[in-house]
Amino acid sequence: MADGNNTSQQSPLDAMPLKPKRGFKRTIFFILAMVFGVIVYAYGFAVTDVNLDEIRSETRQTQLVRVLRALARPDLLSYERVETPTDTAFAMPCPAGGFNADGVDENARHITVEPACVEPGGKITVRGANFSANARGTLVQIPPSGDLELRLAEFQVDGNGDFELVVNTRERESDQPQTIRAITRENIGTIFKPVQVEVTSDAGVVSTVRSPRISKSTTDTWDRIIETVFLAFLATTLGTVIAVPLSFMAARNLMRDISVPMTKLALQLLAMPVGVGLGILAAGWARTISEQLTDSVFLVILGLVVIPFLMVLAFRWALPPVEEEPPTPMERSGRAVVILIASVGGIVVLFLLASLMVTVGDWLAPRLSTFDFLGSFVASLGDILNAIITLLTALATAGVLMNLAGKLGMWMRGHLPAGFIKVFRIPLAAAAGAVLAVLIGMGIGWLYQITDPMKIYWVPAAVGAAIGLALAIRAYQKEQVAIGLSIYYIARTIFNAIRSIEPLVMVIVFVVWVGIGPFAGSLALALHTVAALAKLYSEQVESIQSGPIEAVKASGATRIQTIVYAVIPQIVPPYISFTLYRWDINVRMSTIIGFAGGGGIGFLLQQNIRLLNYSAASVNMLAIAIVVASMDYLSSRIRERIV
Amino acid sequence: MLKVEHLTKIYEGGTLALDDVSFEVPDGQFLAVIGLSGSGKSTLLRCINRLIEPTDGRITWNGVDVTKASQEEMRRIRRRIGMVFQHFNLVHRSKVLTNVLQGSLGYVNPALSLINRFPKEEVSKAYRQLARVGLQEKAAQRADELSGGQQQRVGVARALMQDPEMILADEPVASLDPVLAHSIMQYLETINREDDVTVLCSLHFLDLVHRYADRAIALNEGKLVFQGPPSEIDDDKFKEIYGQEAERVG
Ligand SMILES: Nc1ncnc2c1ncn2[C@@H]1O[C@H](COP(=O)(O)OP(=O)(O)OP(=O)(O)O)[C@@H](O)[C@H]1O
Ligand SMILES: [Mg+2]
Repeated sequence: MADGNNTSQQSPLDAMPLKPKRGFKRTIFFILAMVFGVIVYAYGFAVTDVNLDEIRSETRQTQLVRVLRALARPDLLSYERVETPTDTAFAMPCPAGGFNADGVDENARHITVEPACVEPGGKITVRGANFSANARGTLVQIPPSGDLELRLAEFQVDGNGDFELVVNTRERESDQPQTIRAITRENIGTIFKPVQVEVTSDAGVVSTVRSPRISKSTTDTWDRIIETVFLAFLATTLGTVIAVPLSFMAARNLMRDISVPMTKLALQLLAMPVGVGLGILAAGWARTISEQLTDSVFLVILGLVVIPFLMVLAFRWALPPVEEEPPTPMERSGRAVVILIASVGGIVVLFLLASLMVTVGDWLAPRLSTFDFLGSFVASLGDILNAIITLLTALATAGVLMNLAGKLGMWMRGHLPAGFIKVFRIPLAAAAGAVLAVLIGMGIGWLYQITDPMKIYWVPAAVGAAIGLALAIRAYQKEQVAIGLSIYYIARTIFNAIRSIEPLVMVIVFVVWVGIGPFAGSLALALHTVAALAKLYSEQVESIQSGPIEAVKASGATRIQTIVYAVIPQIVPPYISFTLYRWDINVRMSTIIGFAGGGGIGFLLQQNIRLLNYSAASVNMLAIAIVVASMDYLSSRIRERIV
Repeated sequence: MLKVEHLTKIYEGGTLALDDVSFEVPDGQFLAVIGLSGSGKSTLLRCINRLIEPTDGRITWNGVDVTKASQEEMRRIRRRIGMVFQHFNLVHRSKVLTNVLQGSLGYVNPALSLINRFPKEEVSKAYRQLARVGLQEKAAQRADELSGGQQQRVGVARALMQDPEMILADEPVASLDPVLAHSIMQYLETINREDDVTVLCSLHFLDLVHRYADRAIALNEGKLVFQGPPSEIDDDKFKEIYGQEAERVG
C-alpha cells in the first residue's frame, strides 16, 4: 500500500469494525492450513524416503548414465564386428636407466603410454590418436609371455579420433617389455548397406551371414508383443460379451420396476436348488449315454444326426401349434415325459458335439502345418463345451423349474382365496429363506473347511427362516417384493469390489490356478474388464431416454423385447466407444501384466531388467511404446467414426 | 367401456397427483382430458395401461379389472391399447419401419422378434399403416431424420399397428405447430370414426377440444372438476378448471 499512512483514506475502514475481525479469523485459519499442509508434506517426505543424497551421489549418477546410455541403444540389430588391435610397449618395473618405447608414426593410428614404465600396479595414462571417430574398444595389458590379455578398461574414441584414459596397470613384474593394446571393435555394414560376412563358429564351421541382421532381442520382442496384443484382444472380447448382459442388471432404470409377488418369489427360490440338482443329475446321465458312443467317430456322427431328428419329432408331437381342445391330464403328463427325454437327448447331442470337435481338431492340427492352431482351436472349443455342459444344464433346468414354480405361484394367486395366500406365504418365505441360507452356509463351510453340521446346516437354516419370516410379516400388506432393486444393489457391489482389485493383483491368483503365462493374464484382464465395463455400460443405460422404453412397454412387449427394441438401439454407440476405450486400457495393462507372471512382453522386459540387459529391455520398451501409441490412435480414430 | 372408479395416485415423494377420480368412457367415444399443467393428465392416462401403478381405486375395461391384472395379463391388455406421446417417443436410431413394427411386439413370436424377424403379414401391415399416415416412402429412413410432425405420424402408425380398441394420446400435438396439430388430430379423428376406436386424448387448447372431442373431463390438482360435452365449458366452468386468473385464448 503506497498510501497506507494516509489517515483520511483509512477512515472508511474504521467505519466497518466487523471486516478486520473476519479478516483476522481468516488469516488464522489460513496459517493453520499452511502449517497443516507443511506437516503433511514433511511426513510424506519421511515415509517415501525422499533422499537427495542418493540423487547427488557419484556412483548412483554414473550408474544412471550407464543405464540411460544402454536404453538409448536398443539392441535391434546385431552386427558382425572387426577387431583392430593397436599396440605399444612399456615396462614394469622400470629397468635401470629407464625405458623408451619405439617411436611412433604421428600420422598413423597409434597409442602412447605415459610414463613409459611404472612400478607394478602403477597408474598410466594412455593416449590414442587417429582412431576412427566414435569407435569403442577395450584396453588390455599383455605380459611378455604373450598369451594372456588382461582387461584394463573400456574406452570410447571422441569425434576427432582421439582418446585419453588413466588406468591402473595389473601387477605383472617382468624384465621383458610388456604390451598395452587398444582393441577397437567396429560394426560391419550398416542398415542401409548390409554386407555378407564369413564367420567361423567355435566348432570350426564356416558360414556366411548378413551384417547387420535382426537381433535375437528383436525377434523375441516381436513374438511377445504379438502375444501381448492378442492377450488384450481376448480379454476385451471375452469381457465385453459377459459384461453386456450383466450391465442391464446394474442399471437402475431397468431394474427399478421389477417386482414379483412374494409367493412366486418364495416358490422360485425353493425351485432353484432343486433345478440345479436335477440338472446335474440329468447331465450325468447324458454323459454316461454319450460315452457309450464316443469310442467310434461313426457312432458319434450317427448320434448327431439321429438324435436331433428324434428331438424335433418329439417336440412337434409334444407342443402342437394349435389346439382345439385343452389336453387331458393324461396327455399332459405324457408330453412332459417326452419333453424330458428329448431334453436329455439334447444334452447327449452337446456331449457328442464336444467330443466330435475334440476329435476333429486333434485330427486336423498336424495336417494344417502353419495353420495347426486352427485345429487346436477347434479342439479347445470342444473341450470348453464339454466342461460347461453340466453348468449349462444345471442353469437351464433351474430356469425351467423356476419358471414352472412362478406359474404355480401365479395360479395359486388366481385360484386360492386371498386370505389363505396371505397366511400361506409366511411359511413359504421362511422355507425359502432357510434354503438360501443353507446354501450360503454350505459355501462358507466349504471355504473354511467347517464340517460341523450344526454350523453349516442348522444355524443358517434357522437364521434364514427367521429373516424370511420377518420379511414376509413386514411385507404382509404389500405383497410385491422389489427383486429388481435387490439384484441391482448386489450387482453394483460385486462390480465395484472386483473393479477395485487391479488386474496385476488378480493375475497372481490366476497364475496359481492355470500357471504362469498369457492364459492367466488374459483371464485376469477379462475378469477386470467385465467388472469395469459392466459399470460403465450400466451408467450409459441409466442415461438413455425413457420415452421409447415407455412406448415399447405400452404396446404390450415383454421385458426382453423392451430391452432389445428400446434400450439396445440407444446404447450401441456408447457401448462400442467404451469397448474400444477398454481395449486401449487392456493393451496398456497387458504390457505389464507379465511382471506378475501373466505372459506377454512384460515377462521379457522384467527378465531383461533383472539380467541388467538394458539394451534388450530398451527394445521391449520401444515395442510397448509403438503398440500402445498405435492402438491409442487406432481406437480414437474408430471412435470418431462411430460416435 | 372403460370405467374408472376412485382412482388415486400418490407418488413416492408424497405428491397427490390423482385424487379420487371416477368417470366412464363408452366404447367409440372421443374423450378429451383437459387441465392445467401438473393437474394429473399424464398420470391419469398412464394409470389406465398401468405404465404407472395406481395407489388406489379400480379401472375396469371391457369387464376386466386392469388394476388386478398380473404382468402377463397386463401385456395382453396393453397390446389392445395404443399410446401416442407428446414427445413421440420413437427410437431415434432405428428405422421408421422398425418403430412401426414395435406396435406388433405384443402379438408376434417373442423369440423370433428378438432377432428382428417379423412375419411377412406384419411387415406388410406396417407398410399399410405408414401409407395411412402418408409416410410409406420414409420407411427405410432413420426415425430422427424425420420432422416433428412426421415423427408423430409414425407414432400414430405404431399405435395403429396394435389394432387397438382404445388409444391413449398424451398431448399428442403439444410440441407441434397449429397446422400440424390439426393434421394429427384428424388422423385420430379418422381412427375414432372409421375403426370405432375409443380415444382418450389430453389437450391444451380448448378450440381443439371443441373441434374434435365428443366429451371432455377436466382435472384440477388431481381432482375431477368437470365432465360433459365441450359445449358446456362456459366462462364459469373455464375459471373453475383453469383458475380465476386464467384468460381464455382459444
Ligand atoms: N414420476 C413422478 N414422481 C413424482 N411426482 C410426479 C411424477 N410425475 C408427475 N409427478 C407430479 O404429479 C403431478 C401431476 O403430474 P402430471 O405429469 O400427471 O401432470 P400433467 O397434467 O400431465 O402436466 P403437463 O400438462 O405439464 O404434462 C405433478 O405435480 C407432478 O409434479
Ligand atoms: Mg403431461
